[in-house]
Amino acid sequence: MGVGFGGNGGRVGRGTGRKSLNPEFLSRLQFALTISFHFIFPPISMGLGIMMVWMAWKHVRTGDPVWRQASLFWVKVYGLVFAMGIATGVVQEFQFGMNWSQYSRFVGNVFGSLLAAEGIFAFMLEGGFLGLMLFGGDRLGSRMWLAATVLVVFGAHFSALWILMANSWMQTPQGFEQHAGQWGPQAFMTNFGSVVNTPSFLPRLLHVYVASWMIGSALVLSVSAWYLLRNRHREFATRNFSAAIKVFTVLAILQVFIFGAQMAIEVTKNQEPKLAAMEGNWKTQTCAPLYLVGWVDESARQTYAIGVPCLLSFLSYGSFDAAVPGLDKFPEKNWAPVNLVFQAYHVMIDLGFLFPLIGVVAWFVWWRRKGERLPRWLLWVSISTVFLAEVATIAGWWTAEIGRQPWVVWNIMRTSAAVSPTLGTGDVLLSLITFALLYALLLVLFLFLLDRKIKHGPEALEERYQTDLPNTFRELFRQRAQARASGDLELEDVPR
Amino acid sequence: MSLADLWFVLFVAIIGGYIVLDGFDLGVGMLHPFAAKEDRERRIVLNSIGPIWDGNEVWLVVGGGVLFAAFPVVYAAVFSGFYWALMLVLIALILRTVAIEFRGKRESSRWRGLWDTVFSASSFGLALLLGVAFGNVIIGIPLDKNGDVRLDSVLDVLQPFALFLGATTIAMLLMHGSLYLVAKTEGDLQARIRRRVPLFISVFTLMAAASAVWIAVSDYGVIDTFTDHPWTLVFPIAALVAYLVMIVMVRGGSDVLAFFGSSTVLFLSVATISAGLFPNMLKSSTNPAYNMTVSNASADSYTLTVMLVVAIIGIPFVLLYTAGVQYLFSGKVRLTESSY
Repeated sequence: MGVGFGGNGGRVGRGTGRKSLNPEFLSRLQFALTISFHFIFPPISMGLGIMMVWMAWKHVRTGDPVWRQASLFWVKVYGLVFAMGIATGVVQEFQFGMNWSQYSRFVGNVFGSLLAAEGIFAFMLEGGFLGLMLFGGDRLGSRMWLAATVLVVFGAHFSALWILMANSWMQTPQGFEQHAGQWGPQAFMTNFGSVVNTPSFLPRLLHVYVASWMIGSALVLSVSAWYLLRNRHREFATRNFSAAIKVFTVLAILQVFIFGAQMAIEVTKNQEPKLAAMEGNWKTQTCAPLYLVGWVDESARQTYAIGVPCLLSFLSYGSFDAAVPGLDKFPEKNWAPVNLVFQAYHVMIDLGFLFPLIGVVAWFVWWRRKGERLPRWLLWVSISTVFLAEVATIAGWWTAEIGRQPWVVWNIMRTSAAVSPTLGTGDVLLSLITFALLYALLLVLFLFLLDRKIKHGPEALEERYQTDLPNTFRELFRQRAQARASGDLELEDVPR
Repeated sequence: MSLADLWFVLFVAIIGGYIVLDGFDLGVGMLHPFAAKEDRERRIVLNSIGPIWDGNEVWLVVGGGVLFAAFPVVYAAVFSGFYWALMLVLIALILRTVAIEFRGKRESSRWRGLWDTVFSASSFGLALLLGVAFGNVIIGIPLDKNGDVRLDSVLDVLQPFALFLGATTIAMLLMHGSLYLVAKTEGDLQARIRRRVPLFISVFTLMAAASAVWIAVSDYGVIDTFTDHPWTLVFPIAALVAYLVMIVMVRGGSDVLAFFGSSTVLFLSVATISAGLFPNMLKSSTNPAYNMTVSNASADSYTLTVMLVVAIIGIPFVLLYTAGVQYLFSGKVRLTESSY
């Protein structure tokens, strides 16, 4: 123990050099850009996946062909989202070494093994079975389809579990010791159990899972609402809307009152300076207010905001008189960029409060009018939910990550001490621009293709989806073997 | 054999697996605009790797993760030191994914032609980069005492031997990809590719032989292992045997076996180079004292043990469903509604 990272003094903290163009700042910007863009997709993989499991299960239970039709439609969207997730996910793994080599050397024993476990366990499960799901959509019976969907979705969640585990370790590190070796100080794992289950892990995992399922149900809700607005695919859209609105509303309520609240309590317990930045709380005070919207003037050290008096004290400590620590309790060099964290956090919670409201109103109107003739404004609001949910989720991620600054590993290693020493400002500037251009291209193509798929809509169903398709792995392999033996595959040749 | 040695072997096996699996994807990508004449053929070629290419690419991600965990200082040195090489890899990987996903989404021949070019160019680029990377590892890199790579300029990476190994890798993957396509296609398309196979094999043979001679006469230190521990000669000898078997199978028209032959050749080539490097993982061209070896660069035994448990649980599943999915989609390519 005792081998610390001092960082580079003024450059690290809140000095004037913080925003100048140096490899550290540019690398942070590049990481923020690439992770934010990547993080659009995995929540859809999980959330839409859960919706698809539900649809596949309904099809097994009821045999109602509309659920088969829905599965075959959504799997196309799923494939697109998944491809984007893989393409941008590789970048994340590479960047730890590329831009943060000192970090990688220091944490490889601990953090690296969680990433590797993710790769070995989960990513291959997804990647491997995704092929079965995407290309076997019209070759599999309803039970087999359900099995394939469950496996892919399980893989997506299992994958996220390891990543969130690794991130939680950076937020609330434990289960390791520091020693200096030939290559400088390194963190060595001493207890895998504590590394895996850090105090912030479970609240974070559940918070992110629920957020992802909200995004998935919001996507289904948005697309169905759009079809209803355009009066297309009415049967399909009605059934999908009806399923999605229930899931979305229930999750939105649970997120506010249970999972989001638990996450806030965890930050209160383990990362007090982060909580102070999130609420723009400069001075330790009793009866601290919970803000809804505001602006932090960092130079004047003032927060101008409207909110509910004493509510933060109550939510954090269960008492209106409880003292909530402010930034004044901590040295200035350990403060995060306060206004940025404040804004990100409030975008998230304001939307978080809005979602149950949207859900309850939409569900009520839907119920009163029995799914017929919904008002246009309500459909437009429903269409907006997926975009709002994505914004809220990414804002939440920003809160967690920017709120952790100036630490890369909380209270252990400063971000300034983590950057690759071999990089020049020009290198990172150029790679940042490259990523910005590449991702702009990806975003345009993604939206273009998503739009096409949605405009194209679900296909009419064929009879054979109901019968004679394999329903177990054994049947699947037997059919393949027979097709091979007879030299003829069961598929007709259908050019696109 | 220590835990670190075991993880070196596993890492080499993962990289070997990646080269074999994504290798034929890359070969197919390079051949795509040349072997297939019209759109229908190009779709067949693309769909030969359609259901499996992303699963294959995951092996690279796993390899990166394993390197990060088991040999963190090597991961940190290589990824930061060869920043621009890695950027190019990422750009090529992303563009290849985009091209595969997006080419079939519009009918227009300009649209498809554009993505065909991107698909092929990114595949060539990745093959070249893989070879250049291996080349640099063999030559040695300017590691300093902190474990950082101090390149004076990007051009340091492009030494003649590394470039030659890059070209050799292109030839190797053209051979590998063409054998894969012969096994996956039929009719005119298959006949056209089959006619090119002997050319690819000959070019690869000449270049691989030249690379071997280049390594033998240069002072790269790779030969020492084989003279010090003659048993390691089993890798190059087995590679040679696999090569001869492949030739026989190609001549005999056993398409699937010929492809398995070239897969074995690729895997054993990676094993041969790795055995030659052992116990070094990265050689410092500045000072041998800064070499990163399997023992001084590895994670500690606690981490390696945890990882071993993960691998023992995880890897059988990985192999099982890799094999399962490959089997399900084996046989000749037919285009269906869900094809690219």
